[in-house]
Amino acid sequence: MFRSISHFIKSFTLFDLLQGLSVTGKFLFKPKVTIQYPEQKTPLSPRFRGHHALRRYPNGQERCIACKLCEAVCPALAIDIELEERPDGTRRTTKYDIDFFKCIYCGFCEEACPVDAIVETHIFEYCFENREGTTITKEELLAFGDKHEAEIAKRKAADAPYR
Amino acid sequence: MTFELFLFYLFAAVTLGSAIAVVTVRNPIYAALFLILAFFTSAATWVLLEAEFLGVVLVLVYVGAVMVLFLFVIMMLDIQIDTLKEGFIRYLPVGLLVAVAVATEMILVMKSDVFNKVAIPDPAPLSVSNTETLGEVLYTEYVFPFEVAAVILVVAIIAAIVLTLRRREGVKKQDPSKQVRVRRDDRVRLVKMKAEKRS
Amino acid sequence: METLTTFLNSFLPEGLTTLIIILLKIIAILLPLILAVAYTTFAERKIIGYMQVRMGPNRVGPKGWLQPIADTVKLMFKEIISPTKASTVVFIIAPMLALAPALAVWSIIPFWDGGVLADVNAGLLLVLAITSLDVFGVILAGWASNSKYAILSSLRVGAQVVAYEIAMGFALVGVLMAAGSLNLTEIVRAQEGGITNWFVWPLIGLFLVYFISGVAETNRAPFDVAEGESEIVAGFHVEYSGMAFALFFLAEYAMMILISTLTALLFWGGWLSPFGHALDNVPVLGTILGDGFHWLFIKALFFLFCYLWFRATFPRYRYDQIMRLGWKVLIPVTLVWIFGEGVAIALGWKPWL
Repeated sequence: MFRSISHFIKSFTLFDLLQGLSVTGKFLFKPKVTIQYPEQKTPLSPRFRGHHALRRYPNGQERCIACKLCEAVCPALAIDIELEERPDGTRRTTKYDIDFFKCIYCGFCEEACPVDAIVETHIFEYCFENREGTTITKEELLAFGDKHEAEIAKRKAADAPYR
Repeated sequence: MTFELFLFYLFAAVTLGSAIAVVTVRNPIYAALFLILAFFTSAATWVLLEAEFLGVVLVLVYVGAVMVLFLFVIMMLDIQIDTLKEGFIRYLPVGLLVAVAVATEMILVMKSDVFNKVAIPDPAPLSVSNTETLGEVLYTEYVFPFEVAAVILVVAIIAAIVLTLRRREGVKKQDPSKQVRVRRDDRVRLVKMKAEKRS
Repeated sequence: METLTTFLNSFLPEGLTTLIIILLKIIAILLPLILAVAYTTFAERKIIGYMQVRMGPNRVGPKGWLQPIADTVKLMFKEIISPTKASTVVFIIAPMLALAPALAVWSIIPFWDGGVLADVNAGLLLVLAITSLDVFGVILAGWASNSKYAILSSLRVGAQVVAYEIAMGFALVGVLMAAGSLNLTEIVRAQEGGITNWFVWPLIGLFLVYFISGVAETNRAPFDVAEGESEIVAGFHVEYSGMAFALFFLAEYAMMILISTLTALLFWGGWLSPFGHALDNVPVLGTILGDGFHWLFIKALFFLFCYLWFRATFPRYRYDQIMRLGWKVLIPVTLVWIFGEGVAIALGWKPWL
């Protein structure tokens, strides 16, 4: 009896509804935490896996030795490598293509690489304007690595103790 | 021709046209739509006659409520036009007979002086709201018929409810009024127990 | 207005002048209304965003203020696709049928004392009648789309609107009993004399019922079963695109603004100041705190805000719960309240006169 009376009063004074409204009403005035993306950015982990790059040694020599470990480990079969022996006896790639539409950015290639040649950089803001341009060639990867070498080296160094 | 006369002819023409369309159009939904148009324009004619209460009520009740339910029923029933058209020739003589009978009756009534005997009263001055006038007449002079009509309507409502109310056993149906009365204590039992020893 | 009439009369026949004047008045009401609708959509996204600790749109124009205009431009340039086997004529007419009643009612809304396009005697009835037409747009859109989701949604809306219209009508009966008139201007005048004389206090139950059924009537959250994303996609307007869809949008928001304004007029004293005439003689404050359109605007704005507030707060009702609330709760409440009010009027009790 008491229960149904209290239920009656509670439902006709809209108690529950007002309670809910007060919660949303309070949230209306709470400070907003949205990141305004192009102007503000969240910090990226040094492990962030973005656009790929091929690195060089400080003397300008390519790191990649065409061991094909990355091609073997790639779960999406995105990497395509062809190789040759250079006149100086070193083993180098003639073709190092990554199909960015196949790539799932798992970072296995980076893990597999014995010479830290292929890396995934912190850069994720890139786009393709047509379907033909989605495969990135060796030249582009090297150029990308050269362009961002300082930042890449810094991030790899920051992450090195945890590897 | 005054503007009002023009409006009257316009509304009358639309009413007539849509009324004809109601019976000639093949698609039942279109027929219902034309019926709505007919109701609406006749309401407009009534408003033109300064019977705005009746006009508004016609829109409110017939267009706003009855026709919605009509449309509902027509939409939900898949009406086969072919089967409806089957008996057309067979029923044509009877239909024609009824039509002719109705037409002659109407013509006879119109021809006679029944409607001309009473002088048409001047429309009431605009200051008097005809809602008020109607209410006064309804609740004083015609209060008994009004109450009787009300009682009949209530009986009809109750009858409709009783006819459609079926209590079936074994139906897994939710009852919202029971659901909103549920409290936490009815559903949740908090159990206190000691933490188990790790083996 | 007088000078304009004489100016037009100087070179036009009389009938044409009246027509032009009426058209100008209609434009003067509709243009701000449509602008208000556009900015209601903006306010909705902003306010709901803020309640969810987000920013809401803030990219187009300064602080996002041009967002509704960008939306409109986008919708205008989209193609209107009519589904195969859809009934094209009805498909095109339906959005207009939804919008027309929502705009037509504004002709009898008084914005200030005497500021009304058509001072109809049976104003309240006309409001009910015209708003009841609004459901046709939805039902026909659902049927004409030739889509099962659309028709399911339109059936839901139809049943819901018919159910809540009754509760709404009864709530209005309570108002007209208290005011003794169907004319909206008269109803507001009956509430003269400060905040204590407004109809909310003696008719608080009816006010709540009216606003709740108003929310249900406009198919807004928490009664928006017309568009259950998980069950019937976008509801009756799944098949609509471009401007045809925008008309439904416009109709929904125009109805929201209308219901808010009506609530302010019928229960919260419309353009009347909450201070009554006590401050009328104070030099500058008198005009601001005295009666005027701004009070109606503020009140309507508050109820419009409530719409958005509800949407940000309450989860959607289940369909059987909606029907139960409409038929088994709201209608009995209004009946009891009207009966009590009738008794009070018959006995001449003060607050309920």
